[in-house]
Amino acid sequence: MKKKLLSLALVSAMTASLFVGCGDAAKSADGNDQATEEAAGELTWKIGGIGPTTGGAAQYGTGVMNAIQIAVDEVNADGGINGYQIAFNFQDDEADAQKSVNAYNTLKDWGMQILEGTVTSGACTAVSAETYNDRIFQITPSASSTDVTTGHDNSFQICFSDPNQGTVSADYIADNGLAAKIGIIYDSSDTYSSGVYQNFATETQAKGLEIVATEAFTSDSKTDFTTQLQKCKDAGAELLFLPFYYTEAAIVLTQANQMDYAPIFFGVDGLDGILSVENFDVSLAEGVYLLTPFAADAEDEATQSFVSKYEEQFGGIPNQFAADAYDGVYIIKEAIESANLTPEASNEEICEALISAIQSVNYNGLTGENMTWNAAGEVSKDPKAVVIQNGAYVSVQ
Amino acid sequence: MKNMNKSTQKLLSTIGVIVVLYIVLSVMEGTGNLSSLLSGLLVPVCAYSLVAVGLNLCVGYLGELSLGHAGFMCVGAFASAFFSKVFMNTIPDVPRFILSLLIGTCFAALFGFLIAIPVLRLSGDYLAIVTLAFGEIIKNVINVIYIGMDSKGLHFSMKDMLSLGMEPGGTLVVNGAQGITGTPRQSTFTLAVILLILALVITHNFVNSRTGRAVKAIRDNQIAAETVGLPITKYKLIAFTISAAIAGVGGVLYAHNINSLIATTNNFGYNMSIMILVYVVLGGIGNFSGSVVAAVVLTLLPELLRGLSTYRMLIYSIVLIALMLFNWAPSILEYRNKHGLTAAAIAAKFKKKNTKEVS
Repeated sequence: MKKKLLSLALVSAMTASLFVGCGDAAKSADGNDQATEEAAGELTWKIGGIGPTTGGAAQYGTGVMNAIQIAVDEVNADGGINGYQIAFNFQDDEADAQKSVNAYNTLKDWGMQILEGTVTSGACTAVSAETYNDRIFQITPSASSTDVTTGHDNSFQICFSDPNQGTVSADYIADNGLAAKIGIIYDSSDTYSSGVYQNFATETQAKGLEIVATEAFTSDSKTDFTTQLQKCKDAGAELLFLPFYYTEAAIVLTQANQMDYAPIFFGVDGLDGILSVENFDVSLAEGVYLLTPFAADAEDEATQSFVSKYEEQFGGIPNQFAADAYDGVYIIKEAIESANLTPEASNEEICEALISAIQSVNYNGLTGENMTWNAAGEVSKDPKAVVIQNGAYVSVQ
Repeated sequence: MKNMNKSTQKLLSTIGVIVVLYIVLSVMEGTGNLSSLLSGLLVPVCAYSLVAVGLNLCVGYLGELSLGHAGFMCVGAFASAFFSKVFMNTIPDVPRFILSLLIGTCFAALFGFLIAIPVLRLSGDYLAIVTLAFGEIIKNVINVIYIGMDSKGLHFSMKDMLSLGMEPGGTLVVNGAQGITGTPRQSTFTLAVILLILALVITHNFVNSRTGRAVKAIRDNQIAAETVGLPITKYKLIAFTISAAIAGVGGVLYAHNINSLIATTNNFGYNMSIMILVYVVLGGIGNFSGSVVAAVVLTLLPELLRGLSTYRMLIYSIVLIALMLFNWAPSILEYRNKHGLTAAAIAAKFKKKNTKEVS
């Protein structure tokens, strides 16, 4: 018995010493007044990011991470925010809610003051409950579900929220008389897709449009859409509403073409990027409507500089989430400047100051002009409907 | 202690270690010495340990492979979260959590029971196939369920939110693929540790009980057990239902620790089922404390490797392979035996030292 007790005591002593190490590291990172002091003794803004950089949704997370890095480098080269440099730390969450909370806790240990994330809606909902409790200011580039912002006064979105997109799409179709019979294909396992779909369906009822077919698929079965297309075709849908991402949309367009079905295709912001899908016949996308706040081939100087920097440093063309994330850094910068904050403030002070400051910000960026935020955390910027003509976006409004 | 059998001694020392760790970690958390990452991981680690203990009962003592324990976890999680959400404002916190714990456990047990009835009558690897399918079906069914609540009561649909026909002020409890949002956060580390110890005691007593010995006899030689006159199906059903129920408890803890509960391949699909099987195999089939250790190590590992950024998952996989080989490859076991690197040998050295110190 004595031996057992002694060995237990020794084991606990060992584990304790193990964890004390972690504790010390955490402590130095936690007392955020001193924590922001770098080795050089300078204060910095600590901005954290969370998103999937591994797993199925890795392309979105990686894009956001790269874009924030570009913006942070630009701001730092320009003298930082209120004279203080930005330190940026991005953590992987594999698009999973629990892993996202782990990533958030890691960032908290690092001494994060402001969170730009997370990328996916489901994970973001879990994290915004945490930031709300800890009073850390959060702005998400791409999590569009209303669950993210509902009841959390510290969470703000840069992308359109799901209701906004669904409603605007239905309004546009009704007001312009594009079609009377509508077919819908959506991803029932995806929060973004089903969120947009629900709001679209609600608004079509109000506008008197007729939905003749509603077909769902899941993330496990997104390589063949012939069944769904055939049902929409049989139901006589004149317009197909596609509230999902461009990778699947490319398959839908190809398969619709193979079965000689040519309705009007109408997508939301997830369709942005369809012109750069590999092995996709771009001519099939002719006449496709989509909502996008950002076009990588836009003529203005800011977009061109961002896209060329992105291509140069990371390769590939940035999508709208990357652009939203890039804007996010400048939005944070503008809000901090208007609140006249310094990194010496505690997380709570920063959070409270930014909540009121961001509501007075009027920001012009890559993804929209005159962007403003309401107390609910939603952005007000007009979704631009564009139609694809001759392989390029043409504004239709 | 001397007149106790070996397995009871082992159980007591495992519980001792857990209690000591619990006290150390709670003190550190109370004094603010624990990093946020670790304190955030305390409850999930216990939840996964519970599921691993449950699966070990099935794999180690029943001798049947189950690839659907994440599915039972999912059933427990959603059943309890649903209950908590619906009665959020009508039942006070503590009784509500106790009830939802019971409900989650019972639902997982019920599903385990229903699946086991047809499958466990067969001999062979059928259980693995059926449970794999079960896990996937549960995940996909939950993704199309919509349940709303308003003054008239509950509304149910498997199509979409609109066909619920709710009153304008109604709240959506289960929102299809968007899952359950806003479950009250009630899983605490204390509770998780108590449940884990309870599960260890129950499984230990079960496998050493009359029923447990019958289950082991069936595992070792079904024909012999049948000849003796044991009701095979009954014993198999009991063992599998308990196994599923423990997984359900893990699910309840998981659900009440996170604000947004979504059924995805990552957290409740076959990925997770196989991950739990990895905990069991790495910790040693039939070794409950081993399952707990493996679950703790493998849950913490990817988080503690965050410093490696991009190479994190790559290193994690390599470490996993290395651990597996270190524990179970015959040639490495032989090498460890020769050089006194086995757990028993290290413990023996430890004991010798101790006796010297004591004397």
